[in-house]
Amino acid sequence: MKKLLAATASLALVAGAAGAEDIKIGVILGFTGPLESITPAMGSGAELAMKEVTDSGKLLGGSTVTSVRGDSTCVDAAAATAAAERLVTTDKVNAIMGADCSGVTGAILANVAVPNGVAMISPSATSPGLSTAEDKDLFFRTAPSDARQGEIVRDILKEKGVSSIAITYTNNDYGKGLAEAIQRNWEEAGGKVTISAAHEDGKADYSAEVGALASAGGDVLVVAGYVDQGGSGVVRAALDTGAFSTFYFPDGMVGEKLNENFGAELNGSYGAYPGTDSPGAAKFQEMAAAAGFDGTSAFAPESYDAAALIMLAMAAANSSKSADLATKVMDVANAPGEQIFPGELAKGLELIAGGTDIDYVGASAVELIGPGESAGNYREIEFKDGKYETVKFR
Amino acid sequence: MDFLNAIVALLNFVVIPATAYGAQLALGALGVTLIYGILRFSNFAHGDTMALGTGFVILFTWWFQSMGLHFGPLPTALIALPFGIVVTILFVLGTDRAVYRFYRQQKAAPVILVIVSMGVMFIMNGLTRFVIGVEEIRFDDGARFVINAGAFKAATGLAEGLAFKSTQALTILTAVVVVAALFLFLNRTRTGKSMRAFSDNEDLALLSGINPEKVVAVTWMISAGLAVIAGTLYGLDKSFKAFNYFQLLLPIFASAIVGGLGNPLGAIAGGFLIAFSEVGFTYAWKKVATYVLPESLAPEGLAQLLSTDYKFAVSFAILIVVLLFKPTGLFRGKSV
Repeated sequence: MKKLLAATASLALVAGAAGAEDIKIGVILGFTGPLESITPAMGSGAELAMKEVTDSGKLLGGSTVTSVRGDSTCVDAAAATAAAERLVTTDKVNAIMGADCSGVTGAILANVAVPNGVAMISPSATSPGLSTAEDKDLFFRTAPSDARQGEIVRDILKEKGVSSIAITYTNNDYGKGLAEAIQRNWEEAGGKVTISAAHEDGKADYSAEVGALASAGGDVLVVAGYVDQGGSGVVRAALDTGAFSTFYFPDGMVGEKLNENFGAELNGSYGAYPGTDSPGAAKFQEMAAAAGFDGTSAFAPESYDAAALIMLAMAAANSSKSADLATKVMDVANAPGEQIFPGELAKGLELIAGGTDIDYVGASAVELIGPGESAGNYREIEFKDGKYETVKFR
Repeated sequence: MDFLNAIVALLNFVVIPATAYGAQLALGALGVTLIYGILRFSNFAHGDTMALGTGFVILFTWWFQSMGLHFGPLPTALIALPFGIVVTILFVLGTDRAVYRFYRQQKAAPVILVIVSMGVMFIMNGLTRFVIGVEEIRFDDGARFVINAGAFKAATGLAEGLAFKSTQALTILTAVVVVAALFLFLNRTRTGKSMRAFSDNEDLALLSGINPEKVVAVTWMISAGLAVIAGTLYGLDKSFKAFNYFQLLLPIFASAIVGGLGNPLGAIAGGFLIAFSEVGFTYAWKKVATYVLPESLAPEGLAQLLSTDYKFAVSFAILIVVLLFKPTGLFRGKSV
């Protein structure tokens, strides 16, 4: 009798798992607020992956995956928590792709995801603080921590033979976190930080800020700001007064705008931003163009990868439940196994069903390390003849 | 040599930027103080008059540039400036006719006029964004430097570079010319004298046959002209962004009040006082001190009194101290 019960139970379990379901994945991004210009492409990226899987009909016996959007606002933790609460309790999402900004991501993780046992994969939260957050192994991110960027900055500056740096950062969580990561790594490596001072965005005049930076001195000025905001203003004032002639540009500063604003004045300066030469990036851009959005938009590839990882982990766990899939995310994301690129999700699902191990590479060359965050691939750039060019990948 | 280096560093990071900024503040404060002295209210729309006027100047600049018109080493905006001033004056006179005149005839209390000027401010605010947008616009062309930091270092062999931007030189020069012209006008011409008479004692001035509408119109014209000049110089020196002019309203009012509202000389002194304190208090004196002091006394830290984030706090602190101990301002204005 006992045997029979167990057999029926396991049969039911198998049948249940094999039966087609309607899986929902929450997409929580700042559709309003400071990131509203890049979140549409991020959302589209995630939904592109869901459509690909649904169309393939190969996930958990032909289950469909639909997206339920929520607005994180990027800055308002209470609003983001309420949106996530609604997705989890009312819409009953199986997992969450999000959130975007570090602050709201931490709030959703602590207030909604952990209490309800829902897995989260963020495409863009880079704060080092999230690496050590209490997450019950439910939280992952396809974006690298800024702590990683601190190491990149250290490595590049060391190779250039720099001995002392001055840091200016935009006065928010991103700028402050990044500046601290750079300073810590640099000082551990024996470098000297002469000053680390904040600047406010959106001002016309940065001569006072540059005066303080110049007084402190340093071989290189590290500008942890935004290219279309105060970062460029500080660089302008530093160049005009002759305070600094060599700059290091982290991710927020590298953009076409730099070439336009400064051109040849920056010759000899350098920097790095997330990017990869993996074939996945190009493939994703093609797919995005076909789907009608910009695949080069910031964090759109990471969003596709975050959603893809959730679904591949479901297949590997043979369950759409957060508690099960969360244990498989690292397995599908990392080697060993057969490499899976964007547009090959169906192949990945087949391989998993066939019992073969996979290594999801995706659009952003995903490799999860430590507490489940992207190892981070960076594109090192250098200014020559008035514009920047990629010199190598790290 | 060290002493020379100290002087150059001081010039480069304190004296030159603060003088240019002070000149811009002084021109703005002059406009505010004239309106206060003659029309007897604080014109909160002044910052946005600067923004709107500069917007017009930029439009003219673009037009001239598209026709291939250039001003040699000087920025094209200088040719566009008179046209921008004329359009702004027409706009301001229209505003006076449509809005302020009604309240003047009602003999409305100054506090009501202040609120009215805030309404005008919001409308101008929107209009500026509508006409020219919210983006940052750089419209300076021509030669960028009078003295280039790199070239200076190479020529003198000093460790410190000295940069003197042509826009800074232009700002200081224009401010001197405009202020001299204004004082000549106020002290020597009939209209200027009648304006001062109107400001000193309205009833007496009216009794002696001064036409109040004319005085009011001339006041608006001068203040609009000053606003456009100050706004254009600020935009040339830094960059144009509509929101920045709104923020500039605070230091401008601080300058006018510190100097004594209604007193033109005070507005100029106030402008430079505010500018030099803002830059001086937030400058890190380490570099200068290291050059001047013997090695044993050289500071370890940055020797910075306040972080640059607190720039605006400096103007307010000075404002409060002056209002506490000398409520009419340093140059005895008319504030009540």
